[in-house]
This record gives sequence, C-alpha cells and structure tokens, in this order.
Amino acid sequence: MIFSFDLLINAIVSGILIGGFYAAVTAGVSLSFGILDIVNIAHPAFIILGSYIAYIVNADFGFDPILTSIIMAPAFYVLGAGIYQIYYVSFEKRGQESLRGLAFFFGLLFITEVTLILFFGVDYRYVNAPYIGPTWHFGAIDIPLRIMVPCVVSLLLIAVLQLLLTKSFVGRAIMAVAQDQLALQLMAVNPVRIKRIAFGISIATASLAGAFLIIIQPVEPSVGREYIGRVFAICVLGGMGSLPGTLVAAMLIGIVESLTSTFYGPSWAPAVSFGFLLLTLAVRPAGLLGR
Amino acid sequence: MRTPIFLLICLVIAGAAFVAAVAFNNDYVFFAGYVVMQYMVLSTAWNILGGYCGYVNFGTAGFFGLGAYSTVAFHRFYPLPIPILLIFGGVVSGIVGFGMGYLTLRLRGAFFAIATLALAVVLETLVVNWDYVGGSRGAYIVRPEVAPLIGNYVRYLFLIMLLLAVAAITVARLIERSRLGYGFATIRDDEQAAEASGVPTLRLKLIATTISGALMGMAGAPFPYYIGYLQPSSTFGFDYAVNAIAMPLIGGTTSWVGPVIGTLLLASLQQIATVTISSAVNLLIVGCLLVGFVIVAPEGIIGLVHRYIRHKPAGLVGRSRIAADAPGPAP
Amino acid sequence: MNWLLDVKDLGKRFGGFVALENISLAVRAGERVGLIGPNGSGKSTLVNCICGTLRNEAGSVRFDGHLLHRSVAHQRTRLGLARTFQLPRPFASLSLIDNMRIPLIYTVAARGAVHSARDIEARSFELLREVGLDNKAQRLPRDLTQVEMRKLELARAMAAEPKLLIADESMAGLTHSEVEDLLALLKRLNEQGVTIILIEHIMRAVMSFSQRLVVLVSGRKIADGEPDEVVHNPDVERAYLGQ
Repeated sequence: MIFSFDLLINAIVSGILIGGFYAAVTAGVSLSFGILDIVNIAHPAFIILGSYIAYIVNADFGFDPILTSIIMAPAFYVLGAGIYQIYYVSFEKRGQESLRGLAFFFGLLFITEVTLILFFGVDYRYVNAPYIGPTWHFGAIDIPLRIMVPCVVSLLLIAVLQLLLTKSFVGRAIMAVAQDQLALQLMAVNPVRIKRIAFGISIATASLAGAFLIIIQPVEPSVGREYIGRVFAICVLGGMGSLPGTLVAAMLIGIVESLTSTFYGPSWAPAVSFGFLLLTLAVRPAGLLGR
Repeated sequence: MRTPIFLLICLVIAGAAFVAAVAFNNDYVFFAGYVVMQYMVLSTAWNILGGYCGYVNFGTAGFFGLGAYSTVAFHRFYPLPIPILLIFGGVVSGIVGFGMGYLTLRLRGAFFAIATLALAVVLETLVVNWDYVGGSRGAYIVRPEVAPLIGNYVRYLFLIMLLLAVAAITVARLIERSRLGYGFATIRDDEQAAEASGVPTLRLKLIATTISGALMGMAGAPFPYYIGYLQPSSTFGFDYAVNAIAMPLIGGTTSWVGPVIGTLLLASLQQIATVTISSAVNLLIVGCLLVGFVIVAPEGIIGLVHRYIRHKPAGLVGRSRIAADAPGPAP
Repeated sequence: MNWLLDVKDLGKRFGGFVALENISLAVRAGERVGLIGPNGSGKSTLVNCICGTLRNEAGSVRFDGHLLHRSVAHQRTRLGLARTFQLPRPFASLSLIDNMRIPLIYTVAARGAVHSARDIEARSFELLREVGLDNKAQRLPRDLTQVEMRKLELARAMAAEPKLLIADESMAGLTHSEVEDLLALLKRLNEQGVTIILIEHIMRAVMSFSQRLVVLVSGRKIADGEPDEVVHNPDVERAYLGQ
C-alpha cells in the first residue's frame, strides 16, 4: 500500500459527499427510532422501494429521479401514516412493541424485498439523468456530479426537516411527544396523531433517499440490507433523534468508510459502520452528540 | 413428565422418523428432512432468547454462518468427524453470542436487535475477506464417500441433524421448567421488577444469548458437508433470520412446543412450495404469514388452540386493561 | 447510633435538571417512616437511587452496614432491601403463585437459605394467603382489581424477606376500607420486624401510619421529624399550599 496524498484528499472529499447522502438515508430513522422510539428496521426497504419507483418512472418516461421522488413523497407519507396506524393498534396499544413490533417491521422488510425480486429480479437497475456521468475537477480533487447532486439535495432536505421540527407547531409537538405525552394531552394534542404524522414524514424521506441511492449506485432489491447497520449506527452515533448530530455522524461514517475502501479495499467497508455501532454502544451509548 | 422420559420419547419419535425416511428409499427425503431439522434447531435456539427472554435476534444467519465457516476453517486445518466440528461450531458461536450480549444487553432491547442485524453483515464481510476459507469465491468441501456407522452420507447428515434437534428441544424444555426459565420469563415481562425481586437479569440474558448462539452455530456446523459448496452470500442469507423468527412466532413463543409446531408447518410448507412454485414465492409466504400472525394472533397457534379449548375469550379482559394504561389519547 | 439505612448527601441529575440535591436520610431498624412531597418532588427518584434502579452521581447509600456503591438492584434486594412500584408491575405472563416464587427463588434461596421446590411452593401460597389472594393463586395478574394488584405487589416484595421495605404506594382511587386494609398489612409486617418507608399521597393514610415524617420538595428535604410537628412546619405548609 503506497500512501498517496491525492488519494487521501479524494477519499475524504468523496466521504463527505457520501456522508451527506447517508444523512438523508438516516433522517427517517432519526425521526422514527430516535424521536418516536419505533424501531423501524424496514426503513432501508422503503428506500429501495423509492429507488425502484424512481427507476420505473425514469425508464418509462425519462423523468428526473429526484423530481419523481419529491412528487412521490406524499404517497410515501400516506403509506407511512397507514403503517403507523397498524403498528399502533396492533402493538403499541397492546404494549407488545418490543418483540412482535420488531418482528412486524422485519416481516415488512422481507415482504418488500421479496416482492421487488419477484417483479424485477435480482438484476442491478440504474437511472439516467444529465448529472450522472460528468465529473468536476479541482486540481487533484474529483467531484462526480452523481454524488454531488444527491448530497446537496440531502443537505437541503435535512435543513427543511430541521426547520420543520424546530419552528412549526407540529414539529415542536413531535419533539415533545418523545418527552412528555401528558403535557401534549393537556395541550389537547393527540399524541397518536402526532406520531402518525411524524412517522409519515419519516417514510416520506425514504422516497427521496431512494432516488439519491439509485443515482449514486445501481440498485437491486437486497442492497437495502447494507444500509440497516449503517443507518442505525449513524442514528445512534448522532445522538438519537438530533438531525445536526445525524449529519455530523453521517459525514464521519462516510469519511471512515471511504478511507477504508480506498486503503483496504471496498469489501471491508460494510464492517465500518458496525464497528462504530458496537463501539458507540459499549463506550458512549448516548452517542457523540448525545442529549 | 421427567426429562429422561421426555428425551426417550423424542428419541423414539426421531428413530421412527429416520426409519420411515429410510423406507421411502429416496435421497430427496433426506435432503428435505435435513433442512426441516436444521430449522427446528434454529427456531428452538432463537426462541430461548427471543421467546423466553423477549430479546429479538435478527442475526440468526450470522451465528449459523459462523458455525458453517468454523467447520470450513477446521476442515482445512485437519478433517475432523462431524460431531466434533459440531462442538467447535457451537463454542465459536456461543462465544460470539456472549460477547455481543455483553456489549449490547445492558442497553434497551432495541439496540440488541439492531446490533444482531448488523452482525450478520459484518461476519459476512469478514468471511468474504478471509481467503483461508475461500473468501468471496466460496469454498468446496469434498464430502467423504462413506459415512461412519450407516454408510450413506446424506442419511448420516440427516441423522446428526435429527439428534441435534432432539437435543435442542430437550434443552429448551429443560430451561422452561427450571428456575432459569422463571427468571427468563421475568426478564420478558419487566426487567426492573425482575431486578427488584433479586433476578440477576444481565447474567441470565448472557446465559440465554450464549446457549442460543451456540445452538445456532451447531446447526450450521454440518452445513458445508450438506451443501458441498459454501458461499458467503447464501450462508449468511436472510432466509435463516426470517425463518428463525417466523417459526416460533407463528407457533407460539412461550413454550418449546411453539417453535416445533411452527417449524414443522412452515418448513414443510416451504419444501413443498419450493418444489411446486418457486423459492422467492415461498419466502414471500413466510413474510406474509409472519406479519399476519403477529398482528392477528399474537400468541401464535398455541394461543389459538388454548383459546379454543377454554371456550372463553382469554385475554380479552386483560388486554382491554392494558390498552387503557398504554400511552395514547385519553378515552 | 446504628442506622439500618443511611443516605448521605445524595444527588441526582437528569441532564441539566437537578432531581435530587443533598438528600440525607437515616432510618433506624424497626421504624415506620412516611415520605411525602408534591408530584415531581423526587420521591420516586430517591427510591430508585436507594434501590439501585438509578445511579446517583453524588453522595452515598449505606444499608445494614454495607456501602451500596456499585451494587446493582438485584444485589441490593438480596441484602434485604425490597420495594414496591408506584404503578404495580407484576410479571404479567406468570400466575400469582409463580409471581411469589420469583423472589423466593432468586432472593431467599440465593441467600443460601435452603429451599426445596416444595418449601417454595408452600411459602408462595402462604404469602398469597397473608394478603388474601390465595383463592386466585393460579390466575394471571390481569384478572385482578386495582387493590388486589397492590396487594400482589406488596406480597411479592414481602416474599423477598426484606429488612427494609420501601412501599412506593399509590392508594388514590381506593375506598377507605381498602386503604385501611393495606395499612393494616404494612403495620403487621412492621410488627414482624420489617422497617418500612411509606410513600403515599393520601395524608390521612401517611399520618396514621408513620412514626416519623420526611418531606421532599423540588428534590430537597425540607422537613424530617414527628408527623404532627412536620405538618405544622411553615415550610411544609407553604410548599403544599403554594403548589
């Protein structure tokens, strides 16, 4: 292994860019797991679903994947709200979320993946867009637009979510739902309704994250699994439910993964996030930026 | 029923199953039977931690794969008889189960579940990068022509898995009826109240993860000989994880009978569906059954039977009270 | 003076919120102490710190000569420190008699006192009889009424054969005779030599039970003494009228 400065800089830059994308992938989990305490391990499967929708619309009509995903976001919101309703009635209300609720999401993950395999097979699918292909060069630094664009839109998404959570009434109710349900009830706000909205938003982000994913890399149905460890590692590392924390953690994991795959080979990269996850849980369970 | 008698009955049933399979005189029966028994071990092992203690393990494939690859590793070093490899696989997986439990079980249950989920990915990554056991290319294991005792190798493997299933079920039943089993149940119900009653919850959970992990590893140990060509992606496949969860939950999680019923039902169904339809469809069936059961029949088939026998809506009274205590809109 | 429980300068914070500050509390063997305070004054947090459910950052807890510094909840239970939970937390999947078995197996038998399965069975039944639940021994906790649930919670704590019982009770909603019932149970236990700290909102109940009254307000101890003196203490009156 020969150490190369160019290689190092490029690895860090691409890590930061990928990290921005990871933040979008994790934002939904930060909402559902971090704030609502719903362990939605099926989140990556919904992201893949988003990828495939972007793929279908792109392949059939040549539509821009990101635009498609924004248009589809309300549909994902409805899907999310519906899933939360089932989850609430079947598990949360009965106090069975720990065992059966987890199994429920695991089942959803599996059903989504197998259904996609049945319809599309296990071939890799990809999309076409003008920004896929060109690369900007700044001296020795290469910035591929297909990673740059998702990263920028991801940052926008995170910013919008953060504004929503801190400035709007619904957003503050969502933040409050995690802390004090009684206070919410006193304010005549129905916590179940707030959680439904929050979970809907969390799934809506999966639509966008799915489009980003298929822009960055070709997608097949089981790609989502690689993201399970990653998103939860980022969520825990980022302090469970803090979006700025999520962003920092996502960049950190992105950089470490990028360095790992540059200097040790890409086959080692999946182990990075798990290592971080275990380390965080063992040493500092509240996360890097824990509240 | 005392354990020795129970064990004897199990052995008689296992013997009868083996004789019946021999009478068929078709090797496919042994191939299919092996898979069913393998799932019997996996689902029973999962249930010791998941059903008894209430801790969800999504990493069955990781422990299973660990057992399989420890066989490959030891086999390359020196070809040992399968029963010894079984023990090695169990020890390796048991140690990993213990270590993972130690790191995550002091936190909320969800972290354990997530960690197990990622564990399978990481173990796969390690194996892919470990050339000694074949790396991503996979590893060939040449199955000996003749098996000890009974000659035919597939039959020999089936017999081993059958005996392992009997052992796993006996262990599960033994735990269930021991003081350990009572302790496990309190962990599932309320850990803080358990601690307040003197139950050393962390130690008990570690016992559960170790036993459960070890049994899963043992189920994986003979797998290379069964499959002949071992590939990381299929060995650490999701099928194991989803089946190991679906079978106990569909059968019923509070006793050893649940996983047994769930496995017989689901594994046989899958063996038939794989032959008649396709393997993707049968996995879809498993997923849908899992989701359907956890929503509609949370106590599994055992719960349904109990309710039918009692002829009274068991749980209705209790459930409505739980619902009233749960956080939610004031009624 | 030889104290059974000796809490010194105990402090606990959650993030920036100070839940307990400099709490000192000493209890003699055989005493009946009442612990009162408005909602959110830190009573349950104090119980949790004493019993090891929560870890206190400052101060020390000494029980029966042992410094409970790093010991976790179940070890404290084995030393003889039992508690009830404000909202009863029975083992929902176990029958009442099995609920009794748990502390007998994991506390009493674990202390080294030899207990065969038959002894445990007999003792479990006896405990249920003491609280009047023996006719429901095989039922599940979900079949119980609110007051029966409280009795089950108490019986389970008694099963651990404690030296000190911290009864975090919530008798609101019970009828007068039901409250008297529970108090009589606690008094009987006290007469058998068990030291008791009672935490309860209903003043009438605490007054009639306690030999000594401790008042907690906003995480601080503001009074400690004879019940009649304490209720007329101006600080206490202000805290209660001001809320």
